[in-house]
Amino acid sequence: MKKGHIGDSNVSGRSPSEGERRWEEETLKPVLEKSPERAAQFTTVSSYPIERLRTPADLASWNPERDLGYPGAPPYTRGIHATMFRGRLWTMRQFAGFGTPEDTNARFRYLLAQGQTGLSVAFDLPTLMGYDSDHPFAEGEIGKCGVAISSLADMEALFDQIPLGSVTTSMTINSPAAVIWAMYLAVAEKQGADWKTISGTLQNDILKEYIAQKEYIYPPEPSLRLVIDTIEFGAERTPKFNPVSVSGYHIREAGSTAIQELAFTLRDGIEYVERALRRGLQVDEFVPRLSFFFNAHNDFFEEIAKYRAARRVWYRVMRERFGARSERSWALRFHTQTAGCSLTAQQPYNNVVRTAIQALAGVLGGTQSLHTNSLDEAWALPTEAAATIALRTQQIIAHESGVTNTVDPLGGSYFIESLTNEVERGVWDYIERIDALGGMVAAIERSYPQREIAEAAYRYQVAVDRKEKIIVGVNEYVSTETPIEILKIDESVAHRQEERLRRLRAERSGEEVRRRLEALARAAEGTENLMPYLYEAVKAYATVGEICDTLRVVFGTYEEVAVT
Amino acid sequence: MPKRRIRVLIAKPGLDGHDRGAKIIARALRDAGMEVIYLGLRQTPEMIASAAAQEDVDVIGLSILSGAHNTLCRRLMELLRAKGMNDVTVLIGGIIPEADISALKQAGIAEVFQPGTTMQAITEFLEAHIRVGE
Repeated sequence: MKKGHIGDSNVSGRSPSEGERRWEEETLKPVLEKSPERAAQFTTVSSYPIERLRTPADLASWNPERDLGYPGAPPYTRGIHATMFRGRLWTMRQFAGFGTPEDTNARFRYLLAQGQTGLSVAFDLPTLMGYDSDHPFAEGEIGKCGVAISSLADMEALFDQIPLGSVTTSMTINSPAAVIWAMYLAVAEKQGADWKTISGTLQNDILKEYIAQKEYIYPPEPSLRLVIDTIEFGAERTPKFNPVSVSGYHIREAGSTAIQELAFTLRDGIEYVERALRRGLQVDEFVPRLSFFFNAHNDFFEEIAKYRAARRVWYRVMRERFGARSERSWALRFHTQTAGCSLTAQQPYNNVVRTAIQALAGVLGGTQSLHTNSLDEAWALPTEAAATIALRTQQIIAHESGVTNTVDPLGGSYFIESLTNEVERGVWDYIERIDALGGMVAAIERSYPQREIAEAAYRYQVAVDRKEKIIVGVNEYVSTETPIEILKIDESVAHRQEERLRRLRAERSGEEVRRRLEALARAAEGTENLMPYLYEAVKAYATVGEICDTLRVVFGTYEEVAVT
Repeated sequence: MPKRRIRVLIAKPGLDGHDRGAKIIARALRDAGMEVIYLGLRQTPEMIASAAAQEDVDVIGLSILSGAHNTLCRRLMELLRAKGMNDVTVLIGGIIPEADISALKQAGIAEVFQPGTTMQAITEFLEAHIRVGE
């Protein structure tokens, strides 16, 4: 793999102009002598050093025609659409889910009525881990972090009166993603929606689970097989559906730097592409349907540079590494979520401001869709009132701030372009290192990305403890406050879910379920695509837990080596 | 006579996979000179209680961000009582609503550390509250 050629000369051999030299001597020097700067070094939230001033000297080898280009054209630095938000605004997609399917269905319908343009489902932890609501491990967790889904009956209730033919749905689920997707397709079919036209996104990014989010069930190899099964099935049957959203969000939340977030995510993307090619798919047949998901953290310019660098790296990966010919493979599409880990429990209303700044970075970075966090999320899942302010924040950026009037307004800024170059260089370095380790699975098995992230997370916490990094209301500007109202999920959710499951198990054909699960187990032992078997099993109302258990027997389970 | 070091067990009970905080605290306490056993993810209260007994720890630190803290903490405290481990200090950190704190403390949790707590505050809490013999 070739290294980035862009802006390589920035590292050394910077040759400032006559004017810049004169300014340094005559203007800057006397000022620094009289009043030194506030710190010896200024750094981003990722501890990346930031220079005082960027000038044309920092972009000496940078060629705007080649490295910046034009929106909607390679290398996509300025965005993937020619008119960007002048043509169409980003999709405002608020992640929501709690309690029973009926509770979440009501929230979805409320959000759609408030002008939200797409759905995004949060599942509870038992569902994410492949356990039914009546499993002992589910105790205390049902409906807490998201909605509890154990069977097709739950999924039918979740999307009751929501037309899957016209709404696009994102589903944040990974290990059991194929199972939940099969349920979604079954609901779509029952509603009479055409699989060829339904659209949405399955997160289905198992690699970042081992790296950061830690909701894995099976070992990497069978897990990756399931991912490739969905890619293959989708390429043929659901051409508008995104089967994988390669996610950096959780990597960042686990404490990584911006460069690590981007590098590990893009390298995960490379891993999926390589494996799908090995399955026999053609690159341009499935890559256009892979999308990405990034965090929007506090450091405004670092985030914008990250999104711009993401597009440029992916473009080159597609062209040079995989020989993709389709422009739709070259253009990296991504969803953004503001940084949950940046929210403070203290003075929670300040979180509205943080979220607005982060969301603005996502927009200026050219995101395709956006989730803004609610002010109360360092306490609990959001109340309806808090979720509404979060959505309104996006609407204010879209309709009042004016930033949507022009494409890539920061393009050509000496600082933004330099930082974009530097982020890109950092990403290529990591990609090369992971290639040298033998790919992402080998790297994960050696705990390489896990260790890098843990190290960065610890460094950041040390900086906060020492007040080298200031968090308003936490380690500075502290004040006493009264608690805010928060959402409570009571245990009646668990009882209602358990009762529903009991009824389901009594009413469905046990014989049919047994037959479908046996067929699934046999297929799992071989090499066939498992999607059709999963589809038949969910239609027979086999539960998430029963299906995942069937696969646990065949695939085994994964336990990580904990790195501290 | 040199004092024995404080022994701490850090664990993630329940299904929650958010381990950033637990790992940072494990490392901070180790750097502060304590003996730290990081039990890792997906520990049931039973697994935590038996590891705590086996390792003879002074402190159990739980990290829960999933909202399941009430159920999990109650269960762990019952198990510790049943084993006669009344001298173990149990702490919890994570996303814990204000309204749940008094019930958790009534159940025997010594302290609840909310988001924004410094590593130093937790270290100092342990150094002030844990008495270890030689």
